[in-house]
Amino acid sequence: MSNSSITELIPVPDEVTARIGLIQYEVEGGFPVENGYVWTTCASVENANPLFWNETVANELTNGPIAPPTMLSVWFRPHHWSPGRIESAVPLQAHFDLKDALDLPEAIISSNTNTFHEPVRIGDRVRSRQILRSISEPKTTKLGYGRFWTIDVEYLNQKDSLLGVESYTAFGYRRLGGDRS
Amino acid sequence: MTRGAVVERLLYGDVVVGGALPVLGIDVTATTVVLGALASRDWRPMHHDRDFAIQRNGTRDIFLNTPNQAAWFERYVTDWTGPTGRLGRMTFHMNTPVFPGDHMAFMATVDGTEIDGAGCGWITLDVVLRVGDVTNTACTTRVALPLDKDDNPWTRRGDAWRP
Repeated sequence: MSNSSITELIPVPDEVTARIGLIQYEVEGGFPVENGYVWTTCASVENANPLFWNETVANELTNGPIAPPTMLSVWFRPHHWSPGRIESAVPLQAHFDLKDALDLPEAIISSNTNTFHEPVRIGDRVRSRQILRSISEPKTTKLGYGRFWTIDVEYLNQKDSLLGVESYTAFGYRRLGGDRS
Repeated sequence: MTRGAVVERLLYGDVVVGGALPVLGIDVTATTVVLGALASRDWRPMHHDRDFAIQRNGTRDIFLNTPNQAAWFERYVTDWTGPTGRLGRMTFHMNTPVFPGDHMAFMATVDGTEIDGAGCGWITLDVVLRVGDVTNTACTTRVALPLDKDDNPWTRRGDAWRP
């Protein structure tokens, strides 16, 4: 096993740099926003907010049931399997494209900024689109050596109203001391 | 703070800069991690497959995923504000993963208050998720609160909502 170093990172290809600022992967979620996932999410964090459990409160405050704002990304994640699909679908495809293009097999999300606009309502059809914002110079962290990148995911409803923006900063890396395969 | 209890509706004028929120403690289990991942439709194996997490990610176990951490922060903040608290923005930095066996402690202080040009009352909270003495995740969030009992941030639309 060779001692890999930061100098072994491949340069960022021009075609990857060209993606910065472009809208990619504009897709509609696989199903309308529904209460089942809302309640499962609330259960997973023991969230008793009556806005999500009590229709009277939801009618009073939000003119009907809504989903927790932090559930934005739930509505664009593909099913783990669906009929006829040959390759597995992944959320945040722009992120996985970068892992492949930059030859960085591992990645973690290091920071996340979510901005919440119109409430997401039960029954909404949510559309998302991904925009690569930046790619860093090579960096070394305790996980390994690689690059940081930032991708925005914008969410819109069936009326084209902006529901929110999630901005992900990820670190794609090779583990220290590992070979490039 | 009682787990699962939601307080009455907090008003903007009730909040004092520098004030601390009640601490929320949660014991993390494998179920916490897996349930959180599946609730957020995150099927990636490092959130349910311990061998994969250790061998591929180099972590000591499966760990909480990003969207579920956001859901934990939302729950913590809105336990305090009540249902009229409306999240505008949330930024968080994950320094160290959260694993089964960890005891999470959520703590927060009020960093600032402002009434914006549209007349919306905002507070900024510095929130941390700690395990022992380590800050695993640091979060800053901006939350709108009613100015009085007749105000409701959820009714704000367009230019009246500036998150």
